Amino acid sequence: MAKTEERTNHMEYMQGMEILDSTMLDEVISAMNGYDYDRYTEKDVQNALVHDTLTPEDFAALLSPAAAPFLEEMAQRAQIETRKHFGNSIAMFTPLYIANYCENYCIYCGFNCYNKIRRAKLTEEEIECEMKAISETGLQEILLLTGESRKMSDVEYIGNACKIAKKYFKVVGIEVYPMNSDEYAHLHKCGADFVTVFQETYNSDKYETLHLEGHKRVFPYRFYAQERAIIGGMRGVGFAALLGLDDFRKDAFATGMHAYLLQKKYPHAEIAFSCPRLRPIINNDKINPKDVHEPQLLQVICAYRIFMPFASITISTRECERFRDNIIKIAATKISAGVDVGIGGHTGEQKGDEQFEISDPRNVDEVFKAIEEQGLQPVMSDYIYV
Amino acid sequence: MEDKLILNGHEFTSRFILGSGKYSLDLIKAAVENAGAQIITLALRRAAGGDVANILDYIPEGVTLLPNTSGARNADEAVRIARLARETGCGDFIKIEAIRDSKYLLPDNYETLKATEILAKEGFVVMPYMYPDLNFARDLQNAGAACIMPLGSPIGSNKGLCTKDFIQIIIDEVDLPVIVDAGIGRPSQACEAMEIGAAAVMANTAIATAGDVPAMASAFKKAIEAGRESYLAGFGNVVEKGARASSPLTGFLHN
Repeated sequence: MAKTEERTNHMEYMQGMEILDSTMLDEVISAMNGYDYDRYTEKDVQNALVHDTLTPEDFAALLSPAAAPFLEEMAQRAQIETRKHFGNSIAMFTPLYIANYCENYCIYCGFNCYNKIRRAKLTEEEIECEMKAISETGLQEILLLTGESRKMSDVEYIGNACKIAKKYFKVVGIEVYPMNSDEYAHLHKCGADFVTVFQETYNSDKYETLHLEGHKRVFPYRFYAQERAIIGGMRGVGFAALLGLDDFRKDAFATGMHAYLLQKKYPHAEIAFSCPRLRPIINNDKINPKDVHEPQLLQVICAYRIFMPFASITISTRECERFRDNIIKIAATKISAGVDVGIGGHTGEQKGDEQFEISDPRNVDEVFKAIEEQGLQPVMSDYIYV
Repeated sequence: MEDKLILNGHEFTSRFILGSGKYSLDLIKAAVENAGAQIITLALRRAAGGDVANILDYIPEGVTLLPNTSGARNADEAVRIARLARETGCGDFIKIEAIRDSKYLLPDNYETLKATEILAKEGFVVMPYMYPDLNFARDLQNAGAACIMPLGSPIGSNKGLCTKDFIQIIIDEVDLPVIVDAGIGRPSQACEAMEIGAAAVMANTAIATAGDVPAMASAFKKAIEAGRESYLAGFGNVVEKGARASSPLTGFLHN
């Protein structure tokens, strides 16, 4: 491991990284630094819950400890907002990991470059086989993921995967390393329209101690990925903090503010949230979400929903069946199914290891039925590429 | 003479346009039947492609499809989606939605007008969703729109006729059917829109998310019919401007 004095300055861009003329990072960080969640009272929470449109200050109150006794009220309000904006629809998708090579050393991640796991990258033929198998389950939305290695999974490789995906799916999203806007434009041309980048934590000091090597170390470049994606022509962008890495209330607040400010600057951008908690990884089963238990997670998700009622909220297989089936009744609008977070597992023997342990192994049919059993409508696609 | 809604020569006896988004699919048929709806909107983005549960399979025969261009952020995209709808066999009706605001989903009038001009020339029955502005409604008429579809309040908000006074101005001044779209959350609000002279009402969320979907569709049908009937019957002075004063101000003329 690189010692502190040997580590690069994580606030400094590396060569080739596009720099946007934007103040959004400063705005988000200063809002987060000013967020003293212990000063909010029951009254603040009650006031927030009766406002039609929430201010950032209301959002802050809903994320505070003072809101904990109001979790039921928050869930009720969240459900109303979700049904108003999304009706009974729940979108289904699956992630497809096409490579797990990674140049980053992120100490909590199973793909980190020093973790001894089986590395693999699917060929175009293998990608096609995997996609064919997935599309036969009825899914029409796919999220393509790679480990973060430009060398092993370059933009052209990801672009070709998008083109293949377009043959089998209507909706193509990507969750890969952050790139420049012209590269996002290329991937958009190849058929992708949604970009998800997790900031992991918005506390840059903490960020620096978790992301020890690789391009991911550069905090501001990662922060501005969504903005570059929108500039590159993508329709929608996804945000997330990995809850449990640092102070989850501050991180959730910063995530919401990041999305809020981006939507304000680019009103047409479609906004999505993911709500991942830390999971155990290969060679480290001790990793856990610390103080983010299910009630805290639910509080965060409801706060996102009430603050930005129009945003898509994804619930992944990091959470168990019980939580997932209940959260789609309240606030989540997108759910994964038939998930394999390793490389090549949809068609035969997995050739590369998983990023983390999943908690809900149900296949597409099972999740489809579970959605229907809640009186909701599984939707395979509500999107058109134009 | 039978009271009909006429859109570019196409005649309808129902004045209730039902949205099809946000539903549990197996409830759509019952909703259409109970609503007595003859027109149902359809988001092409949900209908196109071989979906596991394709929405088209759930729409009863004989109902006119009104595909919309949801997902379009500008005129160019709206035009492309409209053409795709026609190619897919959805007919010539098209509801234009050009929206570049993901928060409130408010329509962009300028882009909507551009798309209306192009699509009307191509023979579509163009039904533009718009923010109620009289000048803009006139522009849409000149561009060949078949009707005007002003919003009552933001989509899904169930707030009713927040824009009532401005819709009234359009009804009074523009010689096209005015169909109130978006924000209608209750049958009473639909009735109110019809009472002020709207030619039809479109609703989706209020019915799709109701506890009993078919029953709510039926309630809306009755409210819309009641509103239409009362509009045609004509309101008495009592409702319009209050009672006549017993001591008239003009009495001095006769003294």
